Order: sequence, then C-alpha cells, then structure tokens
Amino acid sequence: MKIRKHWILLIFLFYAWGAAQAVHAAQDAALERRVQQLSAELRCLVCQNQSLADSNADLALDLKNQVREQIEQGASDRQVIAFMTERYGDFVLYRPPLKATTLLLWFGPVLLFAGGLIALFMRLRRRAQTLAAPVLSAEERARAAALLGEPATRREPKLP
Amino acid sequence: MRRWLWPLGIFLVLAVFLGVGLTLNPREVPSPLIGKPAPQFELPLLHDAGKTFTQKDLLGKVWMLNVWASWCAACRDEHPVLVDLAKSGVVPIYGLNYKDKRPDGVAWLKRFGDPYVLSAYDEKGRVGIDYGVYGVPETYVIDKQGVIRYKHIGVVTPRDVKEKILPLIAKLNENT
Repeated sequence: MKIRKHWILLIFLFYAWGAAQAVHAAQDAALERRVQQLSAELRCLVCQNQSLADSNADLALDLKNQVREQIEQGASDRQVIAFMTERYGDFVLYRPPLKATTLLLWFGPVLLFAGGLIALFMRLRRRAQTLAAPVLSAEERARAAALLGEPATRREPKLP
Repeated sequence: MRRWLWPLGIFLVLAVFLGVGLTLNPREVPSPLIGKPAPQFELPLLHDAGKTFTQKDLLGKVWMLNVWASWCAACRDEHPVLVDLAKSGVVPIYGLNYKDKRPDGVAWLKRFGDPYVLSAYDEKGRVGIDYGVYGVPETYVIDKQGVIRYKHIGVVTPRDVKEKILPLIAKLNENT
C-alpha cells in the first residue's frame, strides 16, 4: 500500500514537473517572438541591407542577445529601440523617425504621387479640349467639299 | 521647345541627386555619440587580467581610443599608422581589444608592435556595443572633459591623421 502511494506521488510530481516545463517553454516562445519582432525592425550594421533578425553576422547575434537580455529584464520595446539608437543612431531603425531631416523621406513619395496626378489631370484636360474643338471651321468644310466635288451639306464625319 | 526641356530638367535633377549619392559612403554611419560623454566602462587589461582600466582614469587628458582585434585584417593595415602616431607622442593611444582571445591579442602586439599605452580587454564586446562599434577598426578622440569629439570608422590613414586627427587634437589641447 505504502509503495503504491509513493508511486502515485512520483507520477504526480512527474506531471507537475512537465507542466512547469511547458509554462517555461511558452514564456520562452513569447519572448523569442518579441525578440524576433524587435530585431526585424533593427538594421544590422555590418550587412546593412539585412535586419538583425535575418543576419547571422557576429555583431547581429550580439545585438540580438542584447535585445533578448533587455526584454528579460522587463524593458519595453521602446526602451530597447532607444538603447540601440543611442549607440548606433537612427540608421539602425528600418522605420526612420519623423523629423525635420526626414520630412522629404516620409513625404517625398506622396509629393511625387500628387505631382504625377496633377500632371496626368492637366494632360487629360488639354487633350479633351483639343478633341472637343471643331476639326474644321465651316469655311474650311465648304472648301473641302468644293475640292472633293461633294455637296457641302454632307455631315462632318464623327471622330473616333 | 518646352517639350524636351522637361525631361532634360528631370534628368539633371536626378543626375545631381545620384551624383551626390555616389560620393557618400554608406559604411560610415554617423555616430550619435559625438559630442556626448564617452560611455562608462571598466575592463581588465589585455596584458594583466588583475588590473582594470576605466575611461575615468583619463579625465583631463586628450586621448584616443582605438578598437582593434587580432582577427581583424584591416587593423593590420592601420597598425603602422598608429605606431607612428604613438611614437610622435602627440596623443596617448589606448586600445580596446574587441572580442579577441587574450593570447592572440598579446601575440599580435608582440609581432606588429604595441602603440598602445594599454589595451583594455573587451572579451564579450559589451563595451564595444556601448561605443556603437560595428566594424573594427574604429577610433575615437576623447577630450579633457571625457566627451567624444571624433569617431573614425575603418582604417585610419596617414592622411586622416594629418588632416583630421592632428588638427583636432591640437585644438582640444588648446582649450583647458
């Protein structure tokens, strides 16, 4: 009887231990996801067209470890980003902050698009005006009819 | 007339932008640390693990911090320039041995000469991160107040020494 009790206790402990492990793993997965998300926003300085998440450069691994450590210590995403920009400047951010020096960067595409739209609109309007204008004046039509030897009453051909 | 003037104008603007772009070096990321106090650190020495060095020891002096490693090929190119500069005695150069193995670093200095007053040993590269190091070699000029005044990324050439570093050091030594 006593032995069986021990067994039950042991099995219970085993499951409890398993559950504890599972919780740990879940936390780790959440942590890893945050590390991944954050490091996808940060540029690797060694291979500049890769994010920290994509890069396997030594420095990128070190910086990823920094991100992980700081998150473990309870830093917010913003704090981690601040840590990086204090050391490496705005260049590490794939999403540059809105500043006087980055206005053109942020709004340049919008300006270009607006400019393109305006140009297109003006062109279309000019085109509509030229098309709407009579191709031949009444006088010219009479002359053309005379030259072609047709009666002047003939209707003007429709433009395509 | 105006028909072909437009594309020409757009071409010229583009050419100017791209031309300026070509003269910039994307490897040289401007450091946000310039004009800021040098980050604090305390590290064991490369040659003597029992002793430590901190940037505070050098308050009141103009000095150079050079980040190097024995695995860094470009550091070898730069090394003779630093040795010469150290010999001239204009400015003390301190080394930050970055993510290196201690025996490798010591052997490297023995082989190529040691321009450093001392080298601090940053095994894990943590201090390097605080200094925004991303490509060894990197060199900092730090003033008497302990403020970083200049950062050089990559190999310091004799021309850099002559045109940038020496004038800056002369200027920094003037103001007390």
